[in-house]
Amino acid sequence: MLADKDRVFTNLYGWLGADLKSAQARGNWDRTKDLLAKGREWIVEEVKKSELRGRGGAGFPTGMKWSFMPKESKDGRPSYLVINADESEPGTCKDRDIIRHEPHTIVEGALLASFAMGAHACYIYIRGEFHSEAVALQKAIDEAYEAKLIGKNACGSGWDFDLYLHRGAGAYICGEETALLNSLEGKKGFPRNKPPFPAGAGLYACPTTVNNIETIAVVPEILRRGASWFASVGREKNRGTKVFCLSGHINNPCNVEEAMSIPLKELIEKHGGGVRGGWDNLLAVIPGGSSTKLLPKDISETVLMDFDSLRTAGSSLGTAAVIVMDKSTDIVYAIARLARFYWHESCGQCTPCREGTGWMYRIMQRMVKGEADVTEIDMLLDIGSEIEGHTICAHGDASAWPIQGLIKHFRPEMERRIMEYRQKAAA
Amino acid sequence: MPKLTIDGLEVTVEPGTSIIQAVEQLGIEIPRFCYHDKLSVPANCRMCLVEVEKSPKPVASCAMPCADDMKVYTNSPMAQKARKGVIEMLLINHPLDCPICDEGGECDLQDQTVAYGFDRSRYREEKRAVKDKDLGPLVKTVMTRCIHCTRCVRFGEEIAGVEELGVLNRGEYLEIGTYIQQLVTSEMSGNIIDICPVGALTSKPYEFTARPWELRKTQSVDVSDAVGSNIRIDTRGGEVLRVLPRLHEDVNEEWISDKARFCIDGLKNQRLDRPYIRQNGKLQPANWPQAFEEIAKRLKGVKGERIGAVVGDLADCESIIALKDFMRTLGSTNIECRQDGAQFDASEPCGWRFNTTIAGIEKADAILLIGTNPRTEAALINARIRKTWLAKHIKIGVIGQQIDLNYPYKYLGAGPETLEELAKGKGAFADVLLKAQAPMLILGPGAVCRDDGLEIHALARKVAEKYNMLRDGWNGFNLLHTQASRVGALELGFTGGDLDKMLKGDVLYLLGADEIPVNRIGKDTFVIYQGHHGDRAAARADVILPGAAYTEKNAIYVNNEGRPQLAKQAVFAPGEAREDWKIIRALSEIAGKALPYDDIAQVRARLVEANPIFGAIDAIKPATWKPFGKDGDCDKSPFGEYIANFYMTDAISRASKVMAECTDAFEQGKKEKTGTHG
Repeated sequence: MLADKDRVFTNLYGWLGADLKSAQARGNWDRTKDLLAKGREWIVEEVKKSELRGRGGAGFPTGMKWSFMPKESKDGRPSYLVINADESEPGTCKDRDIIRHEPHTIVEGALLASFAMGAHACYIYIRGEFHSEAVALQKAIDEAYEAKLIGKNACGSGWDFDLYLHRGAGAYICGEETALLNSLEGKKGFPRNKPPFPAGAGLYACPTTVNNIETIAVVPEILRRGASWFASVGREKNRGTKVFCLSGHINNPCNVEEAMSIPLKELIEKHGGGVRGGWDNLLAVIPGGSSTKLLPKDISETVLMDFDSLRTAGSSLGTAAVIVMDKSTDIVYAIARLARFYWHESCGQCTPCREGTGWMYRIMQRMVKGEADVTEIDMLLDIGSEIEGHTICAHGDASAWPIQGLIKHFRPEMERRIMEYRQKAAA
Repeated sequence: MPKLTIDGLEVTVEPGTSIIQAVEQLGIEIPRFCYHDKLSVPANCRMCLVEVEKSPKPVASCAMPCADDMKVYTNSPMAQKARKGVIEMLLINHPLDCPICDEGGECDLQDQTVAYGFDRSRYREEKRAVKDKDLGPLVKTVMTRCIHCTRCVRFGEEIAGVEELGVLNRGEYLEIGTYIQQLVTSEMSGNIIDICPVGALTSKPYEFTARPWELRKTQSVDVSDAVGSNIRIDTRGGEVLRVLPRLHEDVNEEWISDKARFCIDGLKNQRLDRPYIRQNGKLQPANWPQAFEEIAKRLKGVKGERIGAVVGDLADCESIIALKDFMRTLGSTNIECRQDGAQFDASEPCGWRFNTTIAGIEKADAILLIGTNPRTEAALINARIRKTWLAKHIKIGVIGQQIDLNYPYKYLGAGPETLEELAKGKGAFADVLLKAQAPMLILGPGAVCRDDGLEIHALARKVAEKYNMLRDGWNGFNLLHTQASRVGALELGFTGGDLDKMLKGDVLYLLGADEIPVNRIGKDTFVIYQGHHGDRAAARADVILPGAAYTEKNAIYVNNEGRPQLAKQAVFAPGEAREDWKIIRALSEIAGKALPYDDIAQVRARLVEANPIFGAIDAIKPATWKPFGKDGDCDKSPFGEYIANFYMTDAISRASKVMAECTDAFEQGKKEKTGTHG
C-alpha cells in the first residue's frame, strides 16, 4: 500500500483548500524556477527516467512523446501543449477530483511541460459538463497569473507562458486527441488521420503534444522528488502512483491514489470497502473504464492493476476506472447499455464504426431478452472484428471490446437466455 | 524517392505519393469511395484498407504516404477481411433500391459489392431513413442512399468554393445537408452528381430516363462558353439524353459547368427542322431548292459591299470558313463575328487569346481581373483561379463590378480610371504586380463591349507590358470570351465589317447570329438566317436555312486559348436540317459561285490553308507579342455586367426548360418576388 509520504495528490478529497496559498503550503509551486533553470533537456530526461506512462488510457511513455517535439522551430511554427481534460469515459472521475481540489498541480505541470517542449502557449480542453471544475481551474489559472507564476516571465525564469482554458460542448469523441484538436480549432470533432501525428502537425498544423491532465499534474512532483522516487513505485515498466476510480457494487466508492501494480482485490478490499455482500458475491469487474473488457471473479482475484498485467489478462488498464458488479447485475444488460453509449457517441466519420456500433447495440438489445439466435453470438464477435482496427481512431475498438469481453466470459449466460426465450415462445 | 514493394512488385515513387497512387501506377485496383484524386483525403470510408508489413492494423492506403522499404499487400486476407467488412457495413443502412435508382449500372457501391461483398445480408434490424434535401432543379437527392463519403462536401468547399453543403449530426444520424435548407448556388453543382459514388445525388432532369448500358457515348466539346470543356454526349436513338464531362487536365480537368451539362433539353425545343421563306410578311414552310432559289434570286445584281455576314456564338469553324469564302466570291468584305459589339483589336492573336492558357493559371502568383465575372463568363476558368488561390493564396485584384467570385480579392475600382492609374504605376495593386514572378491579367467582355473598347484594349496591353507580364515562356495577357465560335472566327479572320452598315445593307447573312440588335436591321434588308433554333433573329429572317446544333455535326471549335478541338456527331439533325458548311456549299453552287470543296476533308484542308493552327488538333501555338489596340482617352463609366443570367446565354440554353427553372430558382431568387410569383 502506498505510504502517505509518496502521494502526489495530498488534497484529492478536498479536505484542504484548493487555493494558491493552501497549494503552496502542500508543496506546489516550490522551487519551480529552479526546475526551469535546469533546462528543457533535463526535464524531458527526468520524465523519461521516471518511466511515467500516459494516464489517459493508452499508456504511451510520456518522456518519449515529449522528445518527438522539435527542439527548435525551423519554419517559424510555434509548438503547443494541449491538455486533455475531456474526461468522459463512463466510470472515470479521477481528473475531475484533481481539477477540483488540486488545480495548481495542473497549472504548474502545464508550465513545466510546456517549457520542456518549447511551447509558449498551452490549451486545456475541459469537458463541457464540468462546469464547476472549469470555474475552479480558471480560478487557479487566474491566481497563478496574479502571482506571476505564469504569464510573461513565468516564475521569474524568463520564459513567457500563457495558459488557456477551453470548454468543450459535451461530445465523448472530443476526448480523442485529434478530434480534440479539431474541436479546439472550432471544427467538427472528427478524429484526424495519422500520419501526420500531432507532434508534426497538430493544433493549427503546428507541432503539438496532447497529454492527459493527470499525466501533467504528476510532473512537478516527479521533477521535485526526482525520477528515481517515482520509478521506485510499482513494477517494472509500470511505475509510479496512479489515481484509481472505484465505483459500482462496493461499500465505499471512491477515488484513491495508489501505487501502480496494486492487486485488484487489494484495491477493492482496502479502499473500496469490499464488494457488496462479500468478495464471493462478485460477478465481474471492468478494470479500466467502460471500454475495457470485463474480468470475471477468478481473474479479478489475482490480476494486478497495471498496463501489462491487465493486458495479459485480456483487458487493459485504460483510465484505471474500476467498475465492480456483484451477482445482482444483469451483465448482458450492463454491456448492452455500454454498447448503446458507443453507438450514441460515434462521430460517424468511418463506415465500420458509424454503421457497426448501431448494429451491435441492436443485437445486444435483443440478447438481453434472449430474442436472438445462438449463431448471433459468433456474429457479434465477427462484427466486432470488422470494426476493430478498421477505423481512424480507437472508438471503433472501444465499442467492440466490452462485447468481446462479455462473450468471452459470459457466453453460457447469453445462450441460456436464448434457450429460455425460445422455450417461452414455444409454450 | 521512396522505393517500396507492392504485392511483390518493386516500385519507386515521388516523395509524398500515397500508397493508393503508387498502387494505381502498377495497374492494381484498390476499391475506394471517399478518395478522389482532385479532392482532399478524409480516409473515412475505410474501403481502401491494405496490409502493410509491421503494421498491426490494416492501413488506409489513400492517406498513408509511401515510405522506403514498405511492404504492401493489397489482397492479403487482412485486406480482404477489411473490405468485406466495410461493404457489409455500408449496405446495412443502404436501401438496396437499385432497380429504381438512377445510379444503377454506374454505381461504385454496386460494382464493389459485386467484387468484394457478401452475397446476402446478415442485418436483421431496422434500417435508417433520411429525409431528402432540396438542392434545386438540377440535383435530385435520395439521402437514404448516402454512404457519407463527403465527396460532395469537399467538392463544394474546395473546387466550387461554396461552403453550403456540410456534414450534420454525428454517428448513425450523420447527414449531408445545407442545414438552413438553401439551394446549392454554384455554377458547377452538377459535378457532385458525377462524384457521388452512389445514387444519393443524381441528375434531376435525367431522372428515370435511361440505363447507362442503353446509351451510345460520343466524345465531343461543349459550346456553352469559350472554355471548350471536353464532354461525352450520351444518346439513345436520336435523342441526346445527357452530357458528362470528359477528363482533359489542361482545359476542364474533370468538371463542367451546369449550363454545359443541363442545357441539352433545349436541343429538342424550338428547332428549325425545315427551310422557310417569308411570303406576304409571313414565314411559310418551303423546301431546300425553293429556299436556295429565293436567295440566289435576291443576290443577283446586289453589289458586294451591300452584302454582310455575321457569325453567331455557336458556329463551327467549317461553316465559318465556308461562309467567309462564299462572301469573298460575292465580292463582300463585310464580315464580322463580334455580334455583341465588342470593340477590341482583332489584328493580333496575342491580343485576343487566353495566352496564359487555362492550365497556366496555376503558375500565376498575381491575377488582375478587369471588367470580368469569370464565374458566369467561364465557370471553369474561375474554378482554376480558385484552385490556384487555394494552393498558393495568390493575390487577386479586381477592376469592375464588386461580385462574389468564391475567393477573396482586393477591389481596386470600378472602371477605366483605375486601370489608367495602374498603367501609370499608381495604386495599391501596383506593388503586388511588380513583385510577382508570374503576373497575369484577364480582360473581360465587360471591359471591351463598349465604345472605347479599343482604347481599353491598348490600356490593358500597357499594363501587361509595364508589369512584366511578358517574359520568356510566360504571357500574362488574356482576353476572355464567352462564345464558343469567337476565337475560331478570329483565327479565320472573320472580322472587318461595320456592324451598323451591315444591318442596313441589302442582304444580311446570319450564321446563327442571335445576339445582334435585331431591331436595328434595316426595313428592306433581306435577311438569311441559318441556324438551329427559332430564336431572336430567325423571326426577322426572310429565308431560314435549318442547320445542325453542336451535337449533330462533326466540327472543329477553337477554345479561348486558341486550342482547336473536335466535336463529333452524336445524333442526326432533326427533319431536313443539314450540317452547316454543306448548306453554304450547296447555296454557293446555286448562286453560281461554287466553293471548291466537296467533303469535310477538303474543308479541313482549306482550314489549315487559312490558318495553320487547324493542322494540330488539341494543340496551342503560342502567339508572338505585337502591339495592339488604339491609344486614346477612355470613357469614365464603370465596367458593366456582361452576363446577367448565367443560365441563358445562347439559343440552346434559352430554349431549355431546365435552364428556365434554374433562372427562376437561382437568378430570380436574388430579386424580390412580387405577388404574382407562385
